[in-house]
Amino acid sequence: MDAVLLGAIAKTLFIILVAVGVFAPIITWVERKQSAVMQDRIGANRAGVAGITVLGLLHPLADVIKLLTKEDVVPQGASRGLHLAAPLIAAIPVIASFAVIPFGGVYQFGDRTWNLVVADLDWGILYVFAVASLATYGTVIAGWASNNNWSLLGSLRASAQMISYEVTMGLSIVGLFMVFQTLRLTEMGLAQDDTFRLLGFLERFGWVDTLPGWLAWLQLPKWGLFLQPLGFVMFLTCVMAENKRPPFDLPEAESELVAGYFTEYSGMRFGLFYMSEFIEVVVIAALTTALFLGGWTIPYLPQETLIGAITPVFGVGVATGLCMVLHVVAFFVKVIVMIWLQMQIRWTLPRPRYDQVMDLCWKIMLPLSLVNVFVTALVLLLWGNGS
Amino acid sequence: MVPLEHVIGLSAILFLIGAIGALTRRNLIVLLMSIELMLNAANLALVGFSRAWAEHDGHVFVLMVIVVAACEVAVGLGIVIALFRNRETVNVEDVSLLKW
Amino acid sequence: MSAPEWFFYGAGALSIVSALAMVLNVRNTVAAALSLVVTMIALAVIYVVLDAHLVAALQIMVYAGAIVVLFLFVVMLLNLRSDTFAPPRQRLLKAAGVVLALGVTAAFVSLVPSSLPTVRELPEGFGGYRAVGTELFTRFVLPFEVTSLLILAAVAGAVVLAKRRLD
Repeated sequence: MDAVLLGAIAKTLFIILVAVGVFAPIITWVERKQSAVMQDRIGANRAGVAGITVLGLLHPLADVIKLLTKEDVVPQGASRGLHLAAPLIAAIPVIASFAVIPFGGVYQFGDRTWNLVVADLDWGILYVFAVASLATYGTVIAGWASNNNWSLLGSLRASAQMISYEVTMGLSIVGLFMVFQTLRLTEMGLAQDDTFRLLGFLERFGWVDTLPGWLAWLQLPKWGLFLQPLGFVMFLTCVMAENKRPPFDLPEAESELVAGYFTEYSGMRFGLFYMSEFIEVVVIAALTTALFLGGWTIPYLPQETLIGAITPVFGVGVATGLCMVLHVVAFFVKVIVMIWLQMQIRWTLPRPRYDQVMDLCWKIMLPLSLVNVFVTALVLLLWGNGS
Repeated sequence: MVPLEHVIGLSAILFLIGAIGALTRRNLIVLLMSIELMLNAANLALVGFSRAWAEHDGHVFVLMVIVVAACEVAVGLGIVIALFRNRETVNVEDVSLLKW
Repeated sequence: MSAPEWFFYGAGALSIVSALAMVLNVRNTVAAALSLVVTMIALAVIYVVLDAHLVAALQIMVYAGAIVVLFLFVVMLLNLRSDTFAPPRQRLLKAAGVVLALGVTAAFVSLVPSSLPTVRELPEGFGGYRAVGTELFTRFVLPFEVTSLLILAAVAGAVVLAKRRLD
């Protein structure tokens, strides 16, 4: 019991330190630099210590210092308790969603098993959805506690958008659940450790008896991305809309509404809102990695093969440890790719109008996700498992 | 396993609090919230008994209750909005036209 | 492995305190709604202790995450800030109602313990989504489909009620 508790605390600290402490400030820097590179300009590079500016990497630190030292203004007539509680309510569910995301697999060290996830829940993804639905309260309370008509309207719009996209977020992954037969994120990662033959369905049709060797070589890793491409696109869209991330950032449109529902927030309270949005970028990246990009697995190199290859040289214990390190690195590489992708999408697409956003959810995403479920069910029924 | 009496006792206390709220509050929205609390207390009792019998019937019934509660809240709040548009009040005592 | 029992008592105490905060809070309706959310989250914790995992997840997703948000929407749209106490002539009647409710609860609590079933052993995967889902789609598929009709009727009703007249 103690070892389990200690392990859980260690993993939680790791997540909080790495994901929240390291990734979130770096993402603020990435946002500025990537947008600058995309827009053919230099970006922020003035923050420096003793005249040394390191590509603007000190800007996140400067941002944090600025936000900490600014005055916390509470508008007159607003409820002080609610005004303080709103950023906390917005930030806590985002950090809590890290609890079920596995950043490594299951490793055997002699008689102990290390499972690199804080809470290996059987209903892992339902936990993420439940926690995401609690995140709407931060938005709702922020608008109300500002005692400002426009903040209130902005927050009502924002929370309506969040609630709508929660529904399609869940529906778009149902196809993935059907393919992997589980809601547990670690099992999904393990199932994605395999490869499947791209033309294997020809065997099912009965056109060929067995696939000839040169065609069977064409294999893809069994990632959610290849098994459920439509699901991937829809899920990414819905979860970016849920996070009020551009291009769905009408509630906080920087060029239109001042800042929407957190206009009246300054100092560290605004800092908490700002940070929680960027932490949620990491959560989105980690979640899509775990679901669609194979989690911690290295493509074409299943865990047994990797350990078996290193063992003759170093022995089983070191081989497993090395494999663990490689898997964690692979996970973070994929997370970084997903973060880059989100930034690309942000700075490329224009901002749709609010009714267009809601139309997208209810009139396009919802029917599409149902079609996805239907088609996946048909494929599974007719062909067992594709290949 | 928590003793079943404690689960039912907690459910009874929550139901009582919800009933007091439904009886004494004049704000229509808080009234609806107290009714939600009563439904939650009933859900707790259902889950407790389902655990005792080791059957899932209680859980399925809880899902049905949650669905019914959601529909009731949607329609109830629609009524509250329509009422507010016509009477400018959500006080239950101001809408007692049908009382004898 | 179930969670230790003190989670139940802690969450139970929290749910009672926040339920009281919701019912007795007269000045701030938004705070009452937030107390209801705390009650529901505490109840979800209790459901997890009682091995009802799917129900706990759905409680947070649907109840705490959508229904109470709907309450908050209406409170904010109608700008309902505070309530008032009942006038004195009504208070006696309401106090009598409260006493009656207390009496009924006391009678209930004293009658129930003698008729409770004994706790059985739990099968593997009890309360998980597979078990409840299987039940939902095999034995209880008719109520499940009927609830979809119910939701349709509720959505239509809510839209009609809350729509502005076009005159």
